[in-house]
Amino acid sequence: MPWDRNQMAERAAAELQDGFYVNLGIGIPTLVSNYVPANYNITLQSENGMLGMGPFPTEDEVDPDLINAGKQTVTELSKTSYFSSSDSFAMIRGGHIDLSILGAMEVSETGDLANWMIPGRLVKGMGGAMDLVAGVKRIVVIMDHANRKGEPKLLRECSLPLTGQGVVDRIITNLGVFDVVEGGIRVVERAPDVSLADIEAVTEAALVD
Amino acid sequence: MSKVYADAQSALDGLLRDGMSIAAGGFGLSGIPENLIQAIRESGVKNLVIASNNAGVDDFGLGLLLQDRQVTKMISSYVGENDLFMQQFLAGELEIEFNPQGTLAERLRAGGAGIPGFYTATGVGTLIAEGKEHKEFDGRTYILERGLRMDLGIVKAWKGDAEGNLTYRKTAMNFNPECATAGTVTVAEVEELVPVGTLDKMAIHTPGVYVQRLFQGSHEKRIENRTTRAA
Repeated sequence: MPWDRNQMAERAAAELQDGFYVNLGIGIPTLVSNYVPANYNITLQSENGMLGMGPFPTEDEVDPDLINAGKQTVTELSKTSYFSSSDSFAMIRGGHIDLSILGAMEVSETGDLANWMIPGRLVKGMGGAMDLVAGVKRIVVIMDHANRKGEPKLLRECSLPLTGQGVVDRIITNLGVFDVVEGGIRVVERAPDVSLADIEAVTEAALVD
Repeated sequence: MSKVYADAQSALDGLLRDGMSIAAGGFGLSGIPENLIQAIRESGVKNLVIASNNAGVDDFGLGLLLQDRQVTKMISSYVGENDLFMQQFLAGELEIEFNPQGTLAERLRAGGAGIPGFYTATGVGTLIAEGKEHKEFDGRTYILERGLRMDLGIVKAWKGDAEGNLTYRKTAMNFNPECATAGTVTVAEVEELVPVGTLDKMAIHTPGVYVQRLFQGSHEKRIENRTTRAA
């Protein structure tokens, strides 16, 4: 059985270490915060200018001056600090954030990441993704193993414009966990009852031992 | 000479001209100078070049300036919330210069700080790096990005005083401090104009030297993506 969204997020939470400062992208990565071990002190960074992001607010707590990078309303914690955009990206670019978990359209076998535009069709912009992949110590991607047409997203080379070159360390898909290593992609873990053949069938990148 | 004006229109008097460049604070619809954007719309000024992280939504924020085609070029990191933007861009009516969010913030900060350029690893190996100087430091490749100085900075703060000292509230701070420094002239709108001396002097985010004019506005503070949990 391939993992569903929540199981992928739960698996990604195993990437956390006590004391980590972490930036979570929009979509499935946001769900990772639901699976933080209770005895861990994890601090979530939101690149619009906040360290120590709390859960979504109750209806009474909603504050238009308190949002995350996905423009969703959030809450603060006792440890929270606020700062400007240039300070926020100083901590990102300066290597002070331990881990970033983000989504992807394509990842190559050398760790190239594409997740910001489809020429002629989707022109939204990269937001903070290029800064995150260039500056954060460890980059973990969560994505479906294949796209909606069933085509591989783990490729020899990305076909879409890059967000970063050689930046991805680990990829968590619905089929398993994969590391970018010398010579290609190594299968670290398979989802329950997913065979290597199942993975090979929807992977274009070179799989290595 | 007082820095305090009655409203957005009077605070902008004599500052607007066709073809000028504007740095606008805000992230999404949070912390945007709503009153100043409305006044710029009503002024009818055209061919604006605007540096702002986002382009608002169709009917609020900087989206209002797109409705009347007052903007020629946007310098932004993400414009995905604005369909009108997409239409005008795909029709070739609007130019976009995508900047990574941190690069945009640093360009504004550097411009305001008198730094004409800086090297960053952000965007190396991507479209963003094309045509830019590459340089290696300690075995890693960086690209040269330019500081951004704009004709006008428009910002929104929580509290401000007649000296132009500003404090921002929570994540509504975002790009406002950078835009205040990057503007050759900066106009601030505040939720509360407070007496000089009442702001905590150790918690002033933007010192008054960066702010030439300010006024107390009224703010809708529209929420773009209201997300809640059960009580």
